[in-house]
Formats: sequence, structure tokens, C-alpha cells
Amino acid sequence: MPEAFLDNSLWRNIYCVLAGDSSTCAARDYSSGFFPAGMEWLAFLVSAAIIIFLIVNAVLGGVIVLIWGERRLFGRFQSRTGPNRWGPFGTLTSVADAVKTMFKEDLVPAEADKILFNLAPVLIAAPALTVFAIIPWGVGTYVADLNIGVLFIMAITSLTTLSVLTAAWSSANRIAILSALRSVALLISYEIPMALALVGVIMLAGSMSLGDIIAAQGIPFIIVQPLAFFVFFIAAMAEMARAPFDLTEAESELAAGYLNDYASMKFGLFFLAEFMAEISTAAIVTTLFLSGWKGFDPIPSHFWFGAKLIFVLFVIIWFRMTLPRLRVDQVLKFAWKGLFELTMINIIVTAVLLAILPNPSTSELWIMAAINWPVAIISIWGVSKLLGTAPYSHPQPDPNAPSYPVGSESIPTDAVLGAEPSNAANQAPQAQQEGGN
Amino acid sequence: MAVKTQPVTVNLGPQHPSTHGVFRMRVMFDGEEIVDVEPVFGYLHRGSEKLAEERTYTQIVTLTDRMDYVSSMLNNQAYILAVEKLAGIEPSPRGVWLRMIAGELQRIASHLVATGFLLQDLGALGTPLIYSMRERENILDLFEMLCGARITNSYLRPGGVFMDAPGEFWPALDRGLDDIVRSIDDLETYLSGNEIVFSRTKGTAVLPQELLINASITGPMLRASGVDWDLRHRAPYDYYDRISFERKLHTASDNYARYWVRVQEARESVNIIRQCIDQIEPGPVRPSFDDVPRLIRPPSGDAYAAIEGSKGELGFYLVSDGGIAPYRMHVRSSSLINLTLLRDMLIGGQFGDLFVTFGSVDLNMGEVDR
Amino acid sequence: MIGLGLPRGFLITLKNFVRPPVTEQYPDRHVGLLGAAKEAGMNPVHFLFKRPGDSIKAIAGLATVPVAVTQSSRFRGNEFTFYEDRCTACASCAKYCPLGIIEIASVPGQIDAQEGESYKLEVFDIDIGRCMFCGLCVEACPYDALHMGTDFERSKYVRDELVITKEELFAAPKRPSAFYRPQFEEKRFDPFQETIDDYHNAGRHERPSDEELKRKWVDER
Repeated sequence: MPEAFLDNSLWRNIYCVLAGDSSTCAARDYSSGFFPAGMEWLAFLVSAAIIIFLIVNAVLGGVIVLIWGERRLFGRFQSRTGPNRWGPFGTLTSVADAVKTMFKEDLVPAEADKILFNLAPVLIAAPALTVFAIIPWGVGTYVADLNIGVLFIMAITSLTTLSVLTAAWSSANRIAILSALRSVALLISYEIPMALALVGVIMLAGSMSLGDIIAAQGIPFIIVQPLAFFVFFIAAMAEMARAPFDLTEAESELAAGYLNDYASMKFGLFFLAEFMAEISTAAIVTTLFLSGWKGFDPIPSHFWFGAKLIFVLFVIIWFRMTLPRLRVDQVLKFAWKGLFELTMINIIVTAVLLAILPNPSTSELWIMAAINWPVAIISIWGVSKLLGTAPYSHPQPDPNAPSYPVGSESIPTDAVLGAEPSNAANQAPQAQQEGGN
Repeated sequence: MAVKTQPVTVNLGPQHPSTHGVFRMRVMFDGEEIVDVEPVFGYLHRGSEKLAEERTYTQIVTLTDRMDYVSSMLNNQAYILAVEKLAGIEPSPRGVWLRMIAGELQRIASHLVATGFLLQDLGALGTPLIYSMRERENILDLFEMLCGARITNSYLRPGGVFMDAPGEFWPALDRGLDDIVRSIDDLETYLSGNEIVFSRTKGTAVLPQELLINASITGPMLRASGVDWDLRHRAPYDYYDRISFERKLHTASDNYARYWVRVQEARESVNIIRQCIDQIEPGPVRPSFDDVPRLIRPPSGDAYAAIEGSKGELGFYLVSDGGIAPYRMHVRSSSLINLTLLRDMLIGGQFGDLFVTFGSVDLNMGEVDR
Repeated sequence: MIGLGLPRGFLITLKNFVRPPVTEQYPDRHVGLLGAAKEAGMNPVHFLFKRPGDSIKAIAGLATVPVAVTQSSRFRGNEFTFYEDRCTACASCAKYCPLGIIEIASVPGQIDAQEGESYKLEVFDIDIGRCMFCGLCVEACPYDALHMGTDFERSKYVRDELVITKEELFAAPKRPSAFYRPQFEEKRFDPFQETIDDYHNAGRHERPSDEELKRKWVDER
């Protein structure tokens, strides 16, 4: 049997209930032998299927709850109540929405590439679910603890863009194509600061496995690595294509972007994937920076994880509610000229600190945090100065353009700013000049 | 190496979510850059001007409500001024004060809507929009107290208003003004210093002063370029010559300047209303029916009256042939004329700024198409 | 790019987050235990023991309380209040309607024949489907027979049902709006709470003085 997969208590427990494998389940006394000897492989597969079933349904249920919670929070941020009609406190609203979505007519545009059009929703939902395989929900509650966990996350989350591009291309819609190209630009730009931000965390933990990273967090890495957290959080928001980086959907510009031509449950799958990405991002942030399931002893680890997850989701929703959207060129500039530099600073500082204090203990982590925070604040301030003062070249009207019928010489001179107004009863005009930031 | 790409034409509207009604733009993009824009009007044309030729002068008030439906009080005011000029009606002082208060409240409401939707176009997911709409609701409540309707008010009549304000209106107005000031403070704290709003709106869609004047642009768009042109000050109508107010100007003439001028004007309108409350005098709110009958028959002739509407100079031109209905009515709608510079504002800009710029004009399709 | 403006924005949204919502729920409002107890007029502890079933419902968020949305008394609702006895079938309302949606037909009524004949109303239809509730008909009514109503739930499945007939106007509860009727405001009549069934109580918005009547009808003629 592949022992490596069974180092996880959740899977091992289910496997041991099913199979009478005394060698693997030596420590257990309930090795039942439901499956006859020699059929361990079947028990292994069945237990895997059970776990997949559990995780997928937990995630989908989480999405339903998240949609409800997000809408309630949106309502509260906007001085509204949010949905409160279906079920207690409106909890069944998402269920009703899901049923409605399923029963809608499934429209396919006449000029669409049918195969790709139908494939795209599946392509986006599958990787969004796959990420959950490596997330440790509590002590020993995970499907797999890959030794390249962080790399796996980076790889799988990038696949989303591929399906966005597929969806846009296959629906033969110009607005969708614009949206998909924005999505690709976002991915290429933000993948790099996101990966580089994690380098600091990986250096501290000495491993890419999520289990090891949690174990290394004597204090949460958000305290030790504020700069990495800042960059990773923003880059993750951009990867999710959530406000203020929702350029791909950009309701006020592109209507719904690549989703324009999707209806019914295909649209529902995109929607699901979007919210699954939100949960997985929050879970990854919790794991990497908020010390995952770690907490005080009497309260179980799953509760700690859930509480931190909900807190991160709240912050994400708060961001969404508060910030206006950035323009494409600004988003890309922000990634390359702002976040990239910050990650570089973080990597250098962390490397220097690790050279001085290799294999840091908890107290040494506190020392690192004390050094990292001033560095983070100064560098964020510096980079924001750099970005803020950089002149943005906006289109200036051509002075040689053909003039309008009325020439500028006919402007009444007293109407132009600075001249004295004719009516003495009113106050003199004041030029209100607003200073830059 | 410059990548050569082919421009692509995209049809935005009339069913696009952020065209402020039903407006259509055929836009040619080169990547994210706008190469060409062709506006298409007329999806909300209801023939108000023609309809007016078959209505009596009092009945036309209801048509003006529906032109610019986010500032109907101001439409009423402009139309009533034209009728009074045409028929030589001397308005009742209390009625004039009341319609000034109503008009300034409507200006605040309209500027709040403009600000909210500008931020909505910036992609703020509705939060600033709902904050400003929440404050607008309070103003609409005041309108309901005044005239029983929230949006299509029809409050004004030739010579004044149809009914005096109820007793509970005045304390509610005081409270409302305090709330408005507080909420504008909040809105400014939230947005005026917001770096994303800054970077999105500063320096975009800059229009030179000469171009604005030559294209006869009026209102906050013109004042954002530094031209001190406010009809309340330049050609005072009603009792604006008894009011002292500060005219807010900006020189940048970009999207941020237009947003800023609107917010400051809303603030200034509160001061104007406070002065109106101080100066309002008791008396009838409209002349008696012996002086101004319900069925006005103005002498033959024409009259043009304009006010400083929330979006610019809003003028009504009326021609009378001595009958009970105008021979011709023409509306100088500021939304339509302000929209004429759309190409100058958009071409060369970014796609992301398209609807922001469009929203910064603060147009209302009901007024554009009429 | 990152300065103090963004954090201030976050504080403003957080401030609104903790503020109570401004939503007006209609037609009913979801209440918690406290709200349900308040509605029943008991204190919460009392309510919890007296009516455990309702308490559990309220805690689960399923309890609702009907809400009567109140407008200003001048609110122009989408129906009309009509006092038949006052109507002289002069058709002023039909003439002043900008859309011409009031259909009125009258016959000689054979009443008060010696004092000049009064007319009997045969047809009085208002096509609400095209009405814009401007209130000009109410303003034109010289005898205060027609008033704006205050109801606003008149949605129908068929357009023809949107025509208010004479019979319907007679039968409807009389909740006249104070629109153009200052006499209601003077006596603080609240159309959302009470009705005025007898036209004698409705008052007149401008009762001409005797001198004025004399001038109008005796001196000038």
C-alpha cells in the first residue's frame, strides 16, 4: 500500500475501518477487516472516494454558506439588511438561487465553439476543487500533505486563467475576449510577486509542505513576515480577480466579461469556482500566515482554522466593499513596480536574518519580527512614494486640432478665472486647487 | 518592439449596465485604447417637446418632470420661469422661496446621484452609490412632504408652488441639512482622499477651457475647467441676487475636478438653503386665480428662460400664439450639449476610463433624448 | 499610491457596517426575540416562558411582524378617493387631465329642479394604467369631490383591470390624501390610520367668504 498517502490520520482512520490491514493499522484496535485480505487496494480506493466526497461536499456547502454570508455582509457594509427572506436569516437564499440556476434555460450562442464552450466551466471548477486536496483543515485532517505543497497551489490556481481564456474564446464575443486578455495579463503579472512573496515563508519554514510550514510557525508568520503577507494578500486578491482587481468581470465596463454568454448551470459553475477560489485563498492565507490550525489547547484545531478562515474572508469582503477598481495599466504597474520590489526587499532581508539566525526559535522569530516591521513600513512607504509621484501620461488634446466654429478670441474675458465678476453682491471667485497626494 | 494589432469595434449599450439609461456607443478599441467612438442617441425619445404643443401651460409641468428625472424640481423651475416671462406673471414671494429651496435640495440630490454613479463606474461595487442614494432618499422624503411625490414632483405652478410646505417640513429640513453635511463629509473622507479614486480620475479626459466654451458646455463641467460661469450668479433668476454663495471652481478640468466641483456645490447648496430659510417670508404661495388663472393664455410672442440646473444651463424656449397651449417648446438640455464633447474626452483614453468619463459628464438620458 | 486615504475609507465602511441598516422592509419585517416580545407587549423573559413556541421561532429568525409603510399625508397614491355627493359632473377633472384618461358622462339628474338642475354621474372611469398621478384633476376639482388616495398596491395581471370605475370608487375605503387639501393637514388627519367616510367631514380647501361670493355673483353680474 502507498504508505505515504496514509500518513494522514483522516484517511488512515477510514482506511482502517474498511480494511483488515494489520501492518498499516497496527496502532489501531478497530481494524475491522470489512474488506477481505488481498483487497486492501480496493479499501484504499473506497476510502479515497469517501474522503473526496466529504471534502467536495464540504467545500460546496461552504460556498453556499459563503455566498449567503457575503451577501449579508455586503448588505451590512452598505447599510442594508441583505437577503433575509428565505429560511432563518435568509440562509436558504443561496439554495434557492442554486435551484433557480439549475432550472434556467441552457443557452449556447450560435457562433460558439460548442465543445470548448461546454468544456470551460468544467475546466474552471476542477482546479478550484483540486486546491482543497492539500489544505490542512485541522490536526491530521487533509487529503495529502505534498512536499511541494506551495508549488502545487501556485500551479493549480494558475489553471483558472486557462479556462477563462477558453470560455472567452469559445463564446465568440469581443467583450469576453477583452476580459480574457485582461485575465491573462493579471495572471502573468501577479503570479510572480505571489510566488516571490512566499519565498520568505518557505525560507523560514525550510520546506514547501504546508504541514511543515504550520509546524514552523511558532508565532504566526504574519508577524514575522508582514511584507510577504501584504504582497501575498494583494496578489491573491488579484489572482481571484476580486475587487479592486475585478478587471475580468468589471461589471461597469465589460458587463460580465467572459461570463457574458453563459447561462444556467454553466454560469453556476463559474460562480462556484469563483467562490471556491475565495475560500481556498482564505485557507491558504490562514495556513501560511496565520499559523493554520494552531491555537490554544482546549479548543479543537478545526475550530481555530475555521475562525481564522472566517476572519480572512471578512477582510477580503471588506476590501471588496471599500475599494474602487484599478485600471488595467495601473494594476500591472502596481504589480511590476510596487509588489515586485517589495518581495525583493523581503527576500533579501529574510535571507540576511536567516544567515545570522539559522533555524530560528520562537524568541528569535520575535527578533526577526521586530526587524521586519520597520523594514516593511519604510519600504511600503517608499514604494508608494515612488508609484505616487511617477507621472501618469494622460492623453492631451492636440493643440493643432481644427478649432470649433467660435474662436477662442470670443470668450468673454470676465468669465475666465481670475477676472473680477460683474455682480458685486457676490463674493469674489476663488480658484479651488486640490493638491496632489 | 511595438506589436501591431487590429482595432476591434465593440458595441456598448443600449443594454449595458452603466450607460446611465439607454445610450449606445460604437467604440473602436486598439487593445485597451479607445481609437474611435460613435455615440448613438434616441433610445429614450418620447417627444416631450411635441407633446407640449397639445398641453396647457400647467399640464406641461408634468412633462418637464420626466425629462431629467433625477432633477425634476429644477426642470419645473426652468419651465415655470419661462412661462412667467412669457405671460408676464408676477410670482408670489413665498412661492419663489419655496421653489428655490426645492431646487437646491434637488441639486444636492442630483449631485449625490452623479457622484454615486461615478464611483459605481469606477467599480466600487455599489458602496458609495448606496451611501449617496441613502442621503438622496432623505431628500426625496422631504419632497414627499412638500408635494406628495418623490421623483415626478410637479410641485411648481406658474407664479409659485401649488401648496405651502407643511408644518413638519421645516424641522425635518433642518435635520436633513445637518445629515447632508455629515454625509458629504463622510463621502469626502471616503473618496476625496482615496488613492485609487485619485489615480483613476486625475488627469483623465482633460478638456481645455477654450474647447468647453466653444462647445457651449455649461455647469460643473465648465466650472471644473476654471471658467466662473454660474447663472445663479451671472444672470440671477428668482431671488438668487439676495443670496451670497461661494462658487466652487477647479482648474484641472479632468474627471476628478468634475467630481470635486459637484461635491463642493452640493455643500454650497446647503448654505443657500439655510439662507433661504432665514429670508423666507409669510404670504400666499401662488397668485390668486383671478390674477393667474388655471388656463393661461399668454400673449403672442416668445420667451426664453434658463436656470443653472444640476448639469448645466437648463433653458426653456416657449413660443405662444395666444392660445392655451404653446405653439412650440424647445428645451436647451444641458445633458445633450455636454455630451457633444464625448469624442474629445474619450479618444486616446483607456477602456477602463470610458464609463468613468461618461459618468463624469453627469448626463441623464431622459434629458438627452427628451 | 498607498497613503492614508485608503485606511480612512476602510474606517468609513466599517462605521457603516456597525450602523443599523436603513432598509425599510415590506410587507413584513423579520424580528428577533426582543422584537417579537416588544410586538407582543411583554418583556423578553416573560415572553420566553409564556410563549415558548413563538420564542423559538423568533430566535431562529423566522418571526415576522407586519409593517405599515407610512408616507407623508400628502402622498399621491395610485388610487383616488371620491365623494359622490359633492360631484356636480362638471368634468373639470377630465379637462385638466394632461393625458385625458378620465372618462365622464352625465345625464340630467331630475334633482333640485327648481334651483337649476344638477347632473347625475353615469360614467366616471379613471384609467390608472396611463395615469401619472400628477394630481392636476384633484387640483381642478372645484367642490373637493375628488381626492388623491393613499393606497399604492394596485398591481393587476390584466391592463383592463387597471381602470377604476365609479362603483369601485364608491365602494373603496375613503382615505383621502392631503394633496392640495390643506384642510386635512389643519385637522391633522392621517390617511394611513383613519378614514373619512362622510363627505361632511372632509371640509373644503378654500371656502370663499360671503363678501367674496357677493362680489362674484352679485356685484360683477
